[in-house]
Amino acid sequence: MNLFLQQLLNGLTIGAVYALIALGYTMVYGILQMINFAHGEVFMVGAYFGLSVILAFGLAAPVPGGVAWLVGVICAAAAGCALLGLLIERVAYRPLRKAPKLSVLITAIGVSFFLQNAVMLCWGAQDRYVPELLPVRQMGEGAVAVTPMQVVIFAVSLLLMIGLQWVVHGTKLGRGMRAVAQDPLAARLMGIPVDRVIAVTFAIGSALAGVGGVLFGVYYSTINFHDGYLTGLKAFTAAVLGGIGNLPGAMLGGLLLGLLEALGAGYISAQWKNVVAFAVLILVLLLRPRGLLGERLAERA
Amino acid sequence: MAAAPDLLSVEDLHVRYGSVEVLKGISLKVRRGEIVALIGANGAGKSTALMAISGIVPASKGSIRFSGREIRSLPSEQRVSLGITQVPEGRRLFPRMTVKENLLIGATLRTDRSEIEKDLAWVLKLFPVLKKRSLQLAGTLSGGEQQMLALARGLMAKPTLLLLDEPSLGLAPKLIGEVFSLIRKIHEMGITLLLVEQNAYQALQVAQTAYVLETGTIALHGPAERLRQDPSVKRAYLGG
Ligand SMILES: Nc1ncnc2c1ncn2[C@@H]1O[C@H](COP(=O)(O)OP(=O)(O)OP(=O)(O)O)[C@@H](O)[C@H]1O
Ligand SMILES: [Mg+2]
Repeated sequence: MNLFLQQLLNGLTIGAVYALIALGYTMVYGILQMINFAHGEVFMVGAYFGLSVILAFGLAAPVPGGVAWLVGVICAAAAGCALLGLLIERVAYRPLRKAPKLSVLITAIGVSFFLQNAVMLCWGAQDRYVPELLPVRQMGEGAVAVTPMQVVIFAVSLLLMIGLQWVVHGTKLGRGMRAVAQDPLAARLMGIPVDRVIAVTFAIGSALAGVGGVLFGVYYSTINFHDGYLTGLKAFTAAVLGGIGNLPGAMLGGLLLGLLEALGAGYISAQWKNVVAFAVLILVLLLRPRGLLGERLAERA
Repeated sequence: MAAAPDLLSVEDLHVRYGSVEVLKGISLKVRRGEIVALIGANGAGKSTALMAISGIVPASKGSIRFSGREIRSLPSEQRVSLGITQVPEGRRLFPRMTVKENLLIGATLRTDRSEIEKDLAWVLKLFPVLKKRSLQLAGTLSGGEQQMLALARGLMAKPTLLLLDEPSLGLAPKLIGEVFSLIRKIHEMGITLLLVEQNAYQALQVAQTAYVLETGTIALHGPAERLRQDPSVKRAYLGG
């Protein structure tokens, strides 16, 4: 087996999950110029939603039709997280639409603590084991080992990213979202229901995070109520790396960050894995704050 | 029921920003089929009045009736679907969207798909400068082209009442003439207009009725022709 190719593959797999979460950060930023720091927690709740559905149906590998079951679990968690996102927006953020950024930030931190503690109370503080839904075996005999789970992660993320691009650039809803992002006042004057567009943006971003949560859980097999913090921060880094507010940027940033992390883990030391993300964040903020694909800030004026 | 003679009737409208009262009880009427001009100095509150009619800024007191119906507490999108569209000061296009997308956003609340397509073709015919640029990003248009697009985007909503906020602002004299002839054309299509202008001379030419706003109150109103002759208007707004 070739270490480089293997790490590349592992990196892209987790990178795809980062990308799904990063999209939520970047969509909300694009439309409200606000970092939703509770977003990582929505991802974590999504993983627990997934776990609950798996347990409720008594699923465990080898289940016949494992992929179909997995897709079902993903849909359930996505729906649950979409509702959670709507609730957070309505209860925590909408009343603060005109408030100073600091109040919004503090509220986001409050929401994070609330969700962490709620999950701890409902599902416990210890690591939870997530049953395998797909057979754990290698596919192919080549230089790299691909697992069925990795294939599913790629396929699901790719489909969702394509789907999101279509929504944003090919539908009336997406046109409304871009209009609100570019000029909320003009959007209102054109009759776009701005509050509804913002709510839907939260719902979509949260659903993607929920999907990421399920994939994360079944890929790593254990989840913990702390997971939202670290992974959320990494996905945020990915969004900043790609250029916050830019959707393809979030996708690219997620994949790149996953790659860098895996190569760091493979060639330096596994213990350095988490440091890579923050080194990247600091470097980007210092050297290219608008990110790889970000527009110049002046364009927003 | 007979159509109310007044399409828009604003009465004793008060608007405040924080503790500052910017509109101190203004009243104005726009009859169906009319062009009404609202003129006044910088900071008089003209844009604020339009924003209150569009439902962007709340009125602290007073009434806004459209076709006889009280709309003061309706959200902005409902006012658009009732037929009130504003072309705001400074155009406010969506710069990173194409000309065509900007036009389609004008039609956001319409559901008559095939009609929207037809209107798109019609609007592009009315504004030939936009036609060959329909796939260009709005932010890259020249100032004049942007103003045309702002007007065209407003028309895509199929308004009954079009609120125009300084459509000639920042344009070269030749283009100003073009904008005013478009205003006449829009009026001939049966659209009622409430026109806010700094260019009082042109505005009083094209309008039938006019109101003069001075620091939040209506100082003067009447037939545009009479206001054109009024010595105080001449002195203050027509340069002598
Ligand atoms: N969002 C706001 N917050 C606070 N004050 C405002 C706001 N918008 C306008 N004002 C103030 O209200 C007053 C009226 O402003 P408005 O824009 O309605 O004037 P105007 O007649 O349209 O002027 P102009 O001809 O320069 O466009 C001004 O003193 C302005 O500073
Ligand atoms: Mg103004």
